[in-house]
Amino acid sequence: MKYAYYPGCSSESTARDMNRSTLAVAKKLKLDFEEPKGWTCCGATAGHQTDRLLGIALSAANLAKVKDMKLDMVVNCAACYNRMKTANYEISSHDAVRQNVRDAIEKDYDGTVRVRHLLEVLLEDIGLQTITKSLKRTLSGLKVASYYGCLLVRPPEIIKFDDPENPKSLDRLVTAMGGVSLDWPCKVDCCGGSLSLSRTDVVVRLTETIIDMAVRSGAECIAVSCPMCQINLDMRQQDINRSYGKNLRMPVLYITQLLGLCMGLSPEELGFEKLMVSPADVLKKMEVNSHE
Amino acid sequence: MITINKSGIGRGLKEAVEKLSGVDGDVCLQCKKCSSGCSVASLAKTRPSEIIRLLHLGAGEELLTSDLVWMCVSCETCSARCPMGIDVAGVIDALRSLALQRGAPKPEGNMPLFNKAFLKTVEVFGRPYDIAMIAAYKIGTGKFMNDTEKFPAMLKKGKIALLPAMGVDCATVRRIFKQARKNRGRRS
Repeated sequence: MKYAYYPGCSSESTARDMNRSTLAVAKKLKLDFEEPKGWTCCGATAGHQTDRLLGIALSAANLAKVKDMKLDMVVNCAACYNRMKTANYEISSHDAVRQNVRDAIEKDYDGTVRVRHLLEVLLEDIGLQTITKSLKRTLSGLKVASYYGCLLVRPPEIIKFDDPENPKSLDRLVTAMGGVSLDWPCKVDCCGGSLSLSRTDVVVRLTETIIDMAVRSGAECIAVSCPMCQINLDMRQQDINRSYGKNLRMPVLYITQLLGLCMGLSPEELGFEKLMVSPADVLKKMEVNSHE
Repeated sequence: MITINKSGIGRGLKEAVEKLSGVDGDVCLQCKKCSSGCSVASLAKTRPSEIIRLLHLGAGEELLTSDLVWMCVSCETCSARCPMGIDVAGVIDALRSLALQRGAPKPEGNMPLFNKAFLKTVEVFGRPYDIAMIAAYKIGTGKFMNDTEKFPAMLKKGKIALLPAMGVDCATVRRIFKQARKNRGRRS
């Protein structure tokens, strides 16, 4: 199966491990990913917070490239996924927006490229049965708190991904891998997203609530599918411990890293060395040897 | 108590927000589901439901200077849960755009500066460029030491890109920025 793969800019900085594990898992599942040539930033949060047209057109420029490739677009970054879907929605519902975008990108894009999150490709196109067959080892009963954050599920009328209040996509994968998917109340809470540098205090407060709840729910790690969630939850534990006098060390892993491990890939092939909080206990439980 | 200031930078704000966001806040029932679910309501002085109420009453400057406008994390919980289908997050986006255009005073934490630094590197390189963005942000805030303790570990783990991306379609991106500026000029 062939897809246009939009890596997103985080894949070149804070989330190289997301990109590496995504590509490694895709290869195992014989998914053919082709990057749109010269792909550009989707505009991210800064784009739509600054100017509506800017946010939509920056995403549309990439969608127009994929339109020419005649493929579905697959995205793993929840933020990019959200922006692409929003651009499609705005362009196909408002002629004036479509016209403004056309003036900006000098192409008439109609908003019809099918945008898929990697989780949708895994669960809908490949299916749990095939995925289960590809596994070489299991999560050995690892207790996993699946964390979806905001951008994967909201706003529901545009994103149309899973249940917006109690999504199960990550949980289904965790269960299929032989992990214990925890029922916990912070699945779709917000990590603070792009306020990480400008209002670190807000991000520290929000991530503390989420990780504390994961601890109290018995989690041994948190599984995510968004680079913003990952970096905020992983990197800010140091600040939480200092600000709140705690001793948190909760590994925060991409679902593709867990999946890759179960497919028999090594931690190095999945970018485990890039995690800030050590995943050693997770690897130990799964009896994986790491060179680290 | 709610006081309304319709003059100065707040002039004609209700119409401007409605035009930018396409949202009709007048249908709000004040059920406050948006405020109950808001990620940052407990940290901000103003609640999302109050923003919609103030807008309905024709408020101006107090909306552009409300701390929620720049503390909002765009998590979209308010919009997702509104029983009347009001895109509250869309209203906040419009308020941010108008606060920038009308020169509202800078908020605590300086989110506008971060967005500006981020977008400037996107405009130049087609994708954000970490080192330039962090430098521009830190020079702007004057707080050079915040978070610097994390730099060595982040650099070692390759979490900060040292060089800008290559082979990027920068021409299209620059055209988009130019067009967005032209559009803003036409509106104001």
